[in-house]
Amino acid sequence: MTRPTPRTPGAELPKHPTHLWNSPEPRRHYDVVVVGGGGHGLATAYYLVKNHGITDVAVIERGWLAGGNMARNTTIIRSNYLWDESSNFYDHALDLWEGLEDDLEYPILFSQRGVLNLAHTLQDVRDSRRRVEANRLNRVDAEWVDADGVKEICPIVNTSDDIRYPVLGATYQPSAGIAKHDYVAWGFARKAAEAGVHLIQDTQVTGFLTEGDRVTGVRTSRGDIGAGRVALAAAGRTATLTDELGIRIPIQSHPLQALVSELLEPVHPTVVMSNAVHVYVSQAHKGELVMGAGVDAFNGFGQRGPFHIIERQMAAAVELFPVFARAHLLRTWGGVVDVTPDASPIVGLTPYENLFLNCGWGTGGFKATPGIGDTFAHTVATGTPHPLVAPFALDRFVSGRLVDEHGAAAVAH
Amino acid sequence: MQLIDCPWCGPREENEFGYGGEAHIAYPENPAELDDTEWAHYVFFRDNPQGAFAERWVHTVGCRRWFNAVRDTVTYRFLAVYPIGAPRPDVPVLAPRASAPAAASPDHDAHAVAALEPTDAR
Ligand SMILES: Cc1cc2nc3c(=O)[nH]c(=O)nc-3n(C[C@H](O)[C@H](O)[C@H](O)COP(=O)(O)OP(=O)(O)OC[C@H]3O[C@@H](n4cnc5c(N)ncnc54)[C@H](O)[C@@H]3O)c2cc1C
Ligand SMILES: [Zn+2]
Repeated sequence: MTRPTPRTPGAELPKHPTHLWNSPEPRRHYDVVVVGGGGHGLATAYYLVKNHGITDVAVIERGWLAGGNMARNTTIIRSNYLWDESSNFYDHALDLWEGLEDDLEYPILFSQRGVLNLAHTLQDVRDSRRRVEANRLNRVDAEWVDADGVKEICPIVNTSDDIRYPVLGATYQPSAGIAKHDYVAWGFARKAAEAGVHLIQDTQVTGFLTEGDRVTGVRTSRGDIGAGRVALAAAGRTATLTDELGIRIPIQSHPLQALVSELLEPVHPTVVMSNAVHVYVSQAHKGELVMGAGVDAFNGFGQRGPFHIIERQMAAAVELFPVFARAHLLRTWGGVVDVTPDASPIVGLTPYENLFLNCGWGTGGFKATPGIGDTFAHTVATGTPHPLVAPFALDRFVSGRLVDEHGAAAVAH
Repeated sequence: MQLIDCPWCGPREENEFGYGGEAHIAYPENPAELDDTEWAHYVFFRDNPQGAFAERWVHTVGCRRWFNAVRDTVTYRFLAVYPIGAPRPDVPVLAPRASAPAAASPDHDAHAVAALEPTDAR
């Protein structure tokens, strides 16, 4: 097992870029219109160019580029999911992450520092060991470590047995890690814009133009824009759009909150997640402790959530990491995540021949970014679902072929 | 922390409550006649509006009773609180209080809703 060595906070941060893309006037028509300029929309545009030579593409974003969940997530990347469908997909994404910096010719600070998913009860232990075995069968690097192993990997975890939810062990995926989310988005945006993709900000898609079973364009706050194909990557707001076409999708949008501490010396060498006590923690490159919680219970689009969730999350963090008790909370925020009944995404075709769906990533879609860009671009370009996303089609809710990942989602939802 | 007006206990802190998702999802009248698509819609598909949403809440650590509410999913403000079984009110209204009769008599629903006033309390 390789042990990550702590580094000086901030040492590897590159300089802030001055100019990465232009803001063109929208044309009247594009081959492909991507709705949503988050990580998924930008990555899709990039792979449409790279793998399919399609450059007549617009990415339409209601706010600013990657200002949605892409700017709000806790940046954890891993592929230790339970079911074959998921681990195959996320492991493909992880492969792409490993080459992404070279591919984008842009720093993304992908740091493979490993992830520990803690087990606190006998049932957690059994589920975790089962997931490790399933991961290994899918050639995902995973191992079971006991409480002493946890302590060795991340010395600041409280492994004493007199806390309310003692740490009994953990799954460990050494190749998991974090990346700098903004840089990832900017890297994709820069390459896509260089190839001629129009990145159109401050423009909301409000509906569609249709003819029979085809979508012929999108209505936007800046007028109608024609489209040969429309790719949805609007995360929690997808149902608002598809409702208008009479396509129902089983999504509930929930607030998901996170927070950061002030900058600290390197104390936390890996990523630690606990499903049972609802906290996950890593230390950002500059030195902040970054923490997330489980989703807030109610539906919400406010990009904020109630304070008692933060309180609970901090209580759990301080119990697990007693050294955090002295850290100051700097900032809290919320995103709007799109939760499906089986905690897996919805990707693929719709009843409209040239309208494609990508949503339902809930609390875990950042790690998917290059993987979904690649496979969704394939789906849009060829009109056929990429084999890695085929199991995530909308019709699974009718066929009953669910990919129930609540256990491996690592965040309660 | 937001206060939620339990119809039986009055305003209590939000963390006393549990959430039950969309309200007014009726069990199919003729279950044997439903095809797979209809079952899927009954089991899995729910509305997800940005704005007024009728949903179920339970006062978990208080009276432990369920009730319905119309809440704005953008501002999170409760626009109406009303008993299970009552129809969804059209206008923003305040919660009925413990003094209101239990939701037993058939005309109670209409009565409870009609007696309420517009809210901008919280
Ligand atoms: C607090 C928090 C922590 C998280 N932690 C992790 C984590 O550690 N690891 C992980 O893998 N995932 C994590 N996630 C989940 C992850 O952020 C999302 O799954 C992922 O960002 C989804 O990518 P996206 O591009 O689809 O979404 P977004 O980045 O939200 O992109 C969607 C874009 O569509 C735009 N849009 C919406 N409607 C319209 C419209 N009508 N017209 C035009 N544009 C529109 C939005 O403005 C937005 O920019 C976390 C999320 C949150 C909120
Ligand atoms: Zn009560």
